[in-house]
Amino acid sequence: MSNSFVDKKQVCYHCGDVCNQRVLFDEKLFCCDGCKAVYELLKDHELCNYYSPGEHPGVSPKLKNFSGRFDYLNDPLVSDKLLQFKSENLAIVVFDLPQMHCSSCVYLLEHLYKLNQGVAESRTDFLKKTITIHFNPAQTGLRELVELLATLGYEPLLNLRDLDSRPQAKSFNKRVYRIAVAGFCFANIMLLSFPEYFHINHFGDASMQRVFSWLNLLLAMPVLLFSGSEFFITAWQGIRAKVLNIDFGLALSITITFSRSVYEIVSGTGAGYLDSMSGIIFFMLIGRYFQDKTHYNLQFDRNYKSFFPISVLIRKPDGSESSVALPQLKVGDTMVIHSQELIPADSKCLDEGAMIDYSFVTGESTPIRIHKGEIIYAGGKQTGPIIACEMLRDVSQSYLTDLWNKDTFKLERNREESFVQKLGRNFTFFLLLLSVGSFFYWLPVDSARGINALTTVLIVACPCALLLSATFTQGAMMRIFSKAKAYLRNARILDSIASVDHIVLDKTGTLTNQVQSVHFNGTELNEHELTLIFSLARQSHHPLSRGLADKLSFCSPQSVQLFNEIPGKGITGVVNGYTIRMGSHAWIAGSTDYQGTQSAVYVELNGKLLGYFEFRKQLRTGIREVIAKLKKKYTVSVLSGDNDSERSELESIFGKDVEMNFFQSPHQKLEYVKSLQNKGHKVLMIGDGLNDSGALQQSDAGISITDDVNNFSPACDAILEGREFEKLPSMIRLAQVSKRIIQMSFVISLLYNMVGLSFAVQGALSPVVAAILMPLSSITIILFTTGLSWIAYHLLFRNAAISTVVRA
Amino acid sequence: MSAIYVLIGVSIPIAAAFLIAFLWSAKSGQYDDDYTPSLRMLRDDEVKQDQTDNQTEKS
Repeated sequence: MSNSFVDKKQVCYHCGDVCNQRVLFDEKLFCCDGCKAVYELLKDHELCNYYSPGEHPGVSPKLKNFSGRFDYLNDPLVSDKLLQFKSENLAIVVFDLPQMHCSSCVYLLEHLYKLNQGVAESRTDFLKKTITIHFNPAQTGLRELVELLATLGYEPLLNLRDLDSRPQAKSFNKRVYRIAVAGFCFANIMLLSFPEYFHINHFGDASMQRVFSWLNLLLAMPVLLFSGSEFFITAWQGIRAKVLNIDFGLALSITITFSRSVYEIVSGTGAGYLDSMSGIIFFMLIGRYFQDKTHYNLQFDRNYKSFFPISVLIRKPDGSESSVALPQLKVGDTMVIHSQELIPADSKCLDEGAMIDYSFVTGESTPIRIHKGEIIYAGGKQTGPIIACEMLRDVSQSYLTDLWNKDTFKLERNREESFVQKLGRNFTFFLLLLSVGSFFYWLPVDSARGINALTTVLIVACPCALLLSATFTQGAMMRIFSKAKAYLRNARILDSIASVDHIVLDKTGTLTNQVQSVHFNGTELNEHELTLIFSLARQSHHPLSRGLADKLSFCSPQSVQLFNEIPGKGITGVVNGYTIRMGSHAWIAGSTDYQGTQSAVYVELNGKLLGYFEFRKQLRTGIREVIAKLKKKYTVSVLSGDNDSERSELESIFGKDVEMNFFQSPHQKLEYVKSLQNKGHKVLMIGDGLNDSGALQQSDAGISITDDVNNFSPACDAILEGREFEKLPSMIRLAQVSKRIIQMSFVISLLYNMVGLSFAVQGALSPVVAAILMPLSSITIILFTTGLSWIAYHLLFRNAAISTVVRA
Repeated sequence: MSAIYVLIGVSIPIAAAFLIAFLWSAKSGQYDDDYTPSLRMLRDDEVKQDQTDNQTEKS
């Protein structure tokens, strides 16, 4: 964030970053050639409106040179799968562009037709972060489009899963039609019932009342048949599955109301209760619409394919390189893997210098040094320089996908009935008892009154009250959780989270974040020695050297002579007359039977071994308080795929009474959760990697922690942003509060019901009373639940928010 | 009071026509994305040759 004191001239005109190297063009300053190139492009096509507001909306293109990188898109097998539609003159493609962040992005992306003649139209959806491009396949192709987008800084996010046909996301909720029809009819029925309410029939025309009643009947038909159909369908599905769900009570109530009204109107004995019936359908549909909020740009159902990249760089026998789509790879192909790229298939390492980070796959937190000729498994990330490797097994047959496809990972999540369902069912039974009871009570005295009581009890006191409480509370809670950067898959998760009693945490990536911390083991280093080490380290591009240089950047760099970097071993040089060597244990200390961490950087000064630097992932901020709070109410345990070198550090935070298991395989994690559940516990699992997938599936509620929501996160019920980890106890508390709110509002609705029931059991419920009670109780419930949810949010999270501001 | 029959007989069809208009406009898809238009309108399209481009493009 630039503040006003920063000299505006020092900031890149395109992307707003501070300029380390100054690139001047057209009297404007840019931070790199990439930004300058984008500016040139926009200027040539008169798209400089992009820069209008004076801000720097540009996204810095990270790659200046795309040669060959998108070649795989020329392959028709690949491009056909990516296209939504293809004909001779028109093709439609949808890309995910997570870099979209402002109105300038929308402007530029919708003017792509100016930059590429083949584009007919491009339309963005900002909330979903997608762009839909209509183009002429005869004039341009997918590769040109992707290259154009990448040049502008908006490289599409493509992974292996996109090669499966993309599901057409239904963005528009059909329920809106039903709500519109129900609302229209409800309002008109009430209006036409006014004479009935106020007994304005002294104008003599008894036929007027009859006309109005028939009109009401006519208006009620679409409500019953069209708007209310979803309740009947769900109720029927429940009956077929031999379960009486809450929609059954609702469907029963609607049916009875309608039948009773039809009888009254046709026989001319009364006006019916059609206003209550259409009103309740209207309010219920609004509640359901409100509750079913979806997070469009997040995917909660991931399989291993969304983890892998869509293409890989291949080195052909003649030495040239081109990119090929992953499914087209054959065993024996030579893959070229750059730094920070994923290994897509089990392969044999052909170069030295492979440092593979398996943290996502196995949970090991430090990268492993792989030597030439050894196997690298799919899913690992290369943290060293460029290496080549030879593919040994197909992607779908790698160790990783084998793990994934084991039956244990494809569990059907069987959820227990939520407490709302149980409560609703009990309530329906009670009502049925009450209505039948009052029927038999009145039968000997006045059978007409008996029938009256039978039906009106069910009309006035349907389980709608409970349903409304649940839908509006859950709808409000979904939005509140999103605001707190926890994205729930659906509202039913709230109940699961509220009822857990045991919390299981993964270590790597969940308790730790991406930031590295560096420790030195050995003889104490003085400032002079640190300066020497810093000067040497900054000469190399190796990630470990860079990490070291970053931490020591307070030193003033000296010049280095005779610098030499040996891949897979280390670096050496002469600084101020001192000879320094830094690198792997094998190279510096010479012994081959080394048991310690692989990413240790040993330091030797003038032939004397000083010690080694160790890189560790930092624990997330606030973790002590979080664990302390959680331990008060829940049993906590830690499962890690990593080694137990950090056990003592974790014990100081968790306490010695917390169970910690290390070296856990993904299968072992799942078994652990299962064994807890067999003992009757409800388990909440928090993890982040593929090695947690099984456990996340098996647990009663699974939360996936991520530092970048666009990255892969395994199949889970909720996604929590890593920065918000401190809010975890508040979130669990909020889920429990939502249960309380539902119960409280149900009690309120019971009070309304009692008033109505007191009329109904006497057989004296008039349409007017029903028509007043129903919207009154509905609106009260809506206001109560929504208001109380937001108050709970402010009370629970406001304190946390203040403390983060203070700390910042 | 027969006037009321006429009134109701006319007003309900008119109201129904509005309902149909709403349903039809919702079906056309313009409400699918209700956020992006708010960003789109922050930019003016350039005048002159851009206008003719827009007219042919929006067909």
